[in-house]
Amino acid sequence: MKRLPPISGEWIDRHQPVSFTFEGETIPGYQGDTVSSALWAAGRRVLGRSFKYHRPRGILSLANHDVNTLMQDGPKLNLRADVVPVEPGMDLMAIHTFGGVQGDRATVLDRLSRFLPVGFYYKAFLGKNQFPFWERVIRSITGLGAVDTTTPRLRTPKRYDFCDVLVIGSGVSGLTAAIAAAEAGADVVVVDENARAGGSGHYQRGDDGERSRQTAALVAQVQQHPRIRLYTDTTAAGYYADHWVPLVHRDYIAKMRARAVIVAAGAYEQPAVFRNNDLPGVMLASAAQRLIYRYAVQPMERAVVLTANSDGYRAALDLAAQGVTVVAVVEMRSQPVVTDPVRAVRDRGIQILSQSCLYEARPNPGGDGVASVVVCPLDADDQPQTGFTQTLACDGVVMSVGWAPTANLLYQAGVTMRFDETVQQFVPDRLPAGILACGRVNGVYDWEEKQRDGQRAGLAAAHRLGLVDTAPSLERAIAPECPSHPYPMMAHPKGKNFVDFDEDLHYEDFIHAVQEGFDNIELLKRYTTVGMGPSQGKHSNMNALRILAHLRQLPPDAIGTTTARPMFHPVPMAHLAGRGFMPERRSPLHNRHAQQGAVWMPAGQWQRPAYYHQPGLTRQACIQQEVMAVRTRVGLIDVGTLGKLELRGPDAMAFLERIYTGKFSKMKVGSSRYALMVDESGVVIDDGVVARLAADHVYFTTTTSGSARIYRELSRLITMWQMDCGIVNLTGARAAVNLAGPRSLSLLQPLTNVDLSPEAFPYLAVRQGAIAGIPALLMRVGFVGEWGYELHVPADQGQALWDALITAGKHLGIRPFGVEAQRLLRLEKGHVIVGQDTDGLTTPYDANLGWAVKMDKPFFVGQRSLQILKQRSPKQLLAGFTLPERFQGNPPQECHLVIHKGDIAGRVTSIGYSSSLKRYVGLAYLQPELTAIGTEITIRLTDGSMVTATVAPTPFYDPDNHRQATVSREEAFV
Amino acid sequence: MKLMTCPINGQRPISEFFYGGELRPMPDPATADDATWADYIFNQNNVPGLKQEWWCHTPSNTWFIAERHTLTDEIQRTYLYGSQVLEEVSP
Repeated sequence: MKRLPPISGEWIDRHQPVSFTFEGETIPGYQGDTVSSALWAAGRRVLGRSFKYHRPRGILSLANHDVNTLMQDGPKLNLRADVVPVEPGMDLMAIHTFGGVQGDRATVLDRLSRFLPVGFYYKAFLGKNQFPFWERVIRSITGLGAVDTTTPRLRTPKRYDFCDVLVIGSGVSGLTAAIAAAEAGADVVVVDENARAGGSGHYQRGDDGERSRQTAALVAQVQQHPRIRLYTDTTAAGYYADHWVPLVHRDYIAKMRARAVIVAAGAYEQPAVFRNNDLPGVMLASAAQRLIYRYAVQPMERAVVLTANSDGYRAALDLAAQGVTVVAVVEMRSQPVVTDPVRAVRDRGIQILSQSCLYEARPNPGGDGVASVVVCPLDADDQPQTGFTQTLACDGVVMSVGWAPTANLLYQAGVTMRFDETVQQFVPDRLPAGILACGRVNGVYDWEEKQRDGQRAGLAAAHRLGLVDTAPSLERAIAPECPSHPYPMMAHPKGKNFVDFDEDLHYEDFIHAVQEGFDNIELLKRYTTVGMGPSQGKHSNMNALRILAHLRQLPPDAIGTTTARPMFHPVPMAHLAGRGFMPERRSPLHNRHAQQGAVWMPAGQWQRPAYYHQPGLTRQACIQQEVMAVRTRVGLIDVGTLGKLELRGPDAMAFLERIYTGKFSKMKVGSSRYALMVDESGVVIDDGVVARLAADHVYFTTTTSGSARIYRELSRLITMWQMDCGIVNLTGARAAVNLAGPRSLSLLQPLTNVDLSPEAFPYLAVRQGAIAGIPALLMRVGFVGEWGYELHVPADQGQALWDALITAGKHLGIRPFGVEAQRLLRLEKGHVIVGQDTDGLTTPYDANLGWAVKMDKPFFVGQRSLQILKQRSPKQLLAGFTLPERFQGNPPQECHLVIHKGDIAGRVTSIGYSSSLKRYVGLAYLQPELTAIGTEITIRLTDGSMVTATVAPTPFYDPDNHRQATVSREEAFV
Repeated sequence: MKLMTCPINGQRPISEFFYGGELRPMPDPATADDATWADYIFNQNNVPGLKQEWWCHTPSNTWFIAERHTLTDEIQRTYLYGSQVLEEVSP
């Protein structure tokens, strides 16, 4: 159309022209224009294409809900043209077209709409055979925008912000609320998604400058107030617990913690539903008014105004004042309240067609705009009398039939809403503490009453903060008129009367969906996809709800609303993506492992060496070499990831008795013992070694993954049982290694002042001393089945210890070994790894750990459950098995099932190739009747083939445990 | 993000806290019959209402009791175990 002469309060800066290109054509505009306003001013009508039928679409709301006019600017995807400001050099393309908006080749879909019924996806995918066909078709014609995978990574700042009262929305009620709260002493933040504050007070003028002047005065008062911060261009994207609201700005996201939140977010104007209500030129009244007063753009030349409230008359006056010919005001109500704007429209001599509706809009010959509308009188039941139509020529239609509350954040805050018949909308009913609502979202539309409502909300927030003594009454005044029509929808035999513009759903689609049985609001939403497009139902949910209420003859309250989840508007991924906060723990010896070619594996939060890579060797070969080093010479493994806890106090031993299944009170100082932990139900949860360092001092280990959890739970138990002992988590403070192999004694003795002779330091003994000058705790352990020592030192001396051992062991053939070799070594010994050979149901009796359970003590966690379990025969038992010596083919793997008589009879938990035994050995849970030594079991592999294995006794290797308890002179002193 | 008040460290974001389950009296293992014991182990009363719960402020490893309404998620008060007489709350 055209740019209007300067208007007071306009947002554009006529001294700063900005031009950009749209689909190759240069478009002039001004600083302050949005893409849509500049295109409209340039006479463009088709700004985008609809999602399903590729129908031409123009301006609908101009309020961040025009999802049919999404644009792409290079790497910037899905820009909403109605709100994105123009920038010099923008190179815009409408998304989702085949050859541009004017000649989109996919418009053929519009004529095929008969064959694209509601629930199309469900119907298309009903037959499995049709799936690939429809998938190809749908993938090729759908999708929004094209991702440029070369886009550089953008880092968006994340900020934290705090305030007493957060006001969402800077319309008249929000501004008043902010001032009231700030005057009472609160620190207030006002956010508004628009570029400037003022809300509808700025543009819903009704050709009366007084409202915009009052609004401007309020804005100025807020801007100058020392306790109010005003954030424009900022969206409150969601509500999270305890008044936590993410504020999204183009350049950053701020996490706002408020003490009270006032939602003054207003209302979305709702479209009327009639045939061709989507033609470019058919727009909401508020959109037309925004075009005029923000961007000084004439919305149309000849307008028909469809209305059901005073706002429509105001829009008619605003249009007429800007030289638009208002052909007629079509009044849907049978008994409209005669307000000042109604009188003013009458006085201007504008034709008012009372108790009538728009039955359809007719397109111009090019199909890209309105040529005329068909007006129909309504009978006493609000049904169109189609025998009495008249046609009015026009190039635009303005709809003002009602509003839906912007209650998204209220719903998220847990507000209970009720449907208020007097204003025909959902209003807050019960508000949680510190959540307030005012203005249109609260059902208040009257100008003066909105200010009183804001005042009330501001004072109520101040009262919550203890700034004012008395709480204001939150009663609302009776509305002078109902702002929304209860059913602004007209059925039409030819359809194309759109309810949802995102998804191209027309009126009949809802009727059909309900007829097909989807007559619950949640089912209706999923079947029709109403409200599931980018605008998330801001223009369609209310009308869909009304249709369903109408068809089921229920009040809207009984239908209920769907959930309004965050985010309020789409938020760029860059705003949400942050640094990874998944901690990764590294052992103090990490660098040494890396230098020696460690191949890493995750173990809980830790990175551990799986094995050390040797050039030219396969993974398996490396692991087997490490195993043989331990069996024949000496190996060194980092076990610093084990949980390392210290317990001190008079009750320390009594506490151990209560948390572990074993007995510890009579343990000698200087000795260690295996310890098994079960939960209250008797399930194995952890194990480790307990070392008694003094009468009231214990040092003990937990599994790698269990350390934080066990430490926390033991702390709780000490608290609950009120025991006189304290626990410290030394996991990160200590480094630990296991030196294992027949030559470990001869390696270690020259480095330490501790007498390592078997007589002085027997198996399972614990000593404190120095190794290479480093204070250390030494424990004789046998997890891998060889003579060995677990050495614990301060973390910062871990590398020095490692280096000393490696250097001293060079001539003995020392070799670092990783987790894989350790797993194999302990498997040869039949030792259980908690978490690998046990699961969430394993009792000690299942895992052959009954020997570690001492029932003859007063109490331990899980004892009572184990008493019951012990009397029952176990359903499964852990047993060893071997494959034949010359087994060929794929061996079973962990979790492969044991099959017996066609049924599942067990499961493999560990398996590996033993070089010492020259065969595969493994552990599996088996039905008890299959566990006799020599029983043949059948294991099913992933590919379905079967492997036969033989149940064998454990330990597989060194069954009498000679090697960990004794050492030959020859090996000890090489 | 939700806030919680640690009796030692004051109000902190909920991400610093670990939930340790409902505070439930354990029947005396010496006298409880198998059915009573199994009921204690396997059955939890999940009727929404005011519950006494174990919570831990993990950076400081502080265990305490929170009285929380599980329907509204309101934390009514928090205190160290043993510092206050535990009041009977309706199940």
